[in-house]
Amino acid sequence: MSESPSAADELLRADHIMEYAYKRSLGPVLSHFFTGLRDHQVFGIKTAKGRVLVPPAEYDPETGDATDGFVEVGPGGVVESWSWVDKPKPKNHVQEPFAWALVKLDGADTAMLHALRAPASDHVSTGMRVTIQWAAETTGCIQDIACFVPEGKS
Amino acid sequence: MSEELKDPVKMIVTPVRCEYKFTPGFASQKFLRAIEKGKIFGQACDGCGKVYIPPRGACGRCGRATNLEVELKNTGTVVSYSVIRVPSENISVELPYVAASIVLDGADISIITLIQGCAYDEVRIGMRVEAVWRPEAEWGPSLNNISHFVPIDEPDVPFEQVKELS
Repeated sequence: MSESPSAADELLRADHIMEYAYKRSLGPVLSHFFTGLRDHQVFGIKTAKGRVLVPPAEYDPETGDATDGFVEVGPGGVVESWSWVDKPKPKNHVQEPFAWALVKLDGADTAMLHALRAPASDHVSTGMRVTIQWAAETTGCIQDIACFVPEGKS
Repeated sequence: MSEELKDPVKMIVTPVRCEYKFTPGFASQKFLRAIEKGKIFGQACDGCGKVYIPPRGACGRCGRATNLEVELKNTGTVVSYSVIRVPSENISVELPYVAASIVLDGADISIITLIQGCAYDEVRIGMRVEAVWRPEAEWGPSLNNISHFVPIDEPDVPFEQVKELS
């Protein structure tokens, strides 16, 4: 047993960053979705029961059956649910107050999560019509949709 | 699958990043303050005698507090290793290189570190190694003060004994 290090030292504290820069290969279904975004189109996919999943998935989450057949949806849609963000985090791609919203695009049976820009939270409501605002430059990523905005005001 | 689009996107980058403040507990604090001065301290369990490094303040096996400070040596034994041939961002070591689990003499659990100073295909389980410290001016409260481990001229630890270490 040796002499113990002093316990009276000042408490340590350090900034830690844990970061992984994953590259994800997409497969045919998500490749179609992201290629569509690059070309200003949103694609969903049909399940065997005829529901349209957006974003598209390889399998129907309800039955496990393979999905087949892309369908273009949107660009308009309806807000199903939302949550206002008063203070965006540094990594949020919208840097002014915005809403995270579940938007069911026209022609889709499922809602997708994205940012919704509005002047203030009292401009946002469940059931409101919104539409896509495309990014100035689209490359095939989810940020190709810059955000949703209230329909008719973009 | 349906129609192909022109020039399809096949890859996306999905970064995951977590920024946080780390405050070590009492046990880790003692370890970090010691390594800042070039010493490696583990903690022993007074129930089963196991020596932990870096210490977490309690014995994972007995659940007892580990209050006995134990100074460990700079030497140890390779109990497992991997040859890394794929580059990663932020890692500037020349490929291929070896990351190994090493049990320091006197300790009962391993630490993960780099092995250098020999060809990657000479590294083996049971190999005896020694810590190479960075220049003292660069020391901080971090296990990174140890740059890597190098082989030492001692006979390998037989596999049966390594099994007990790991």
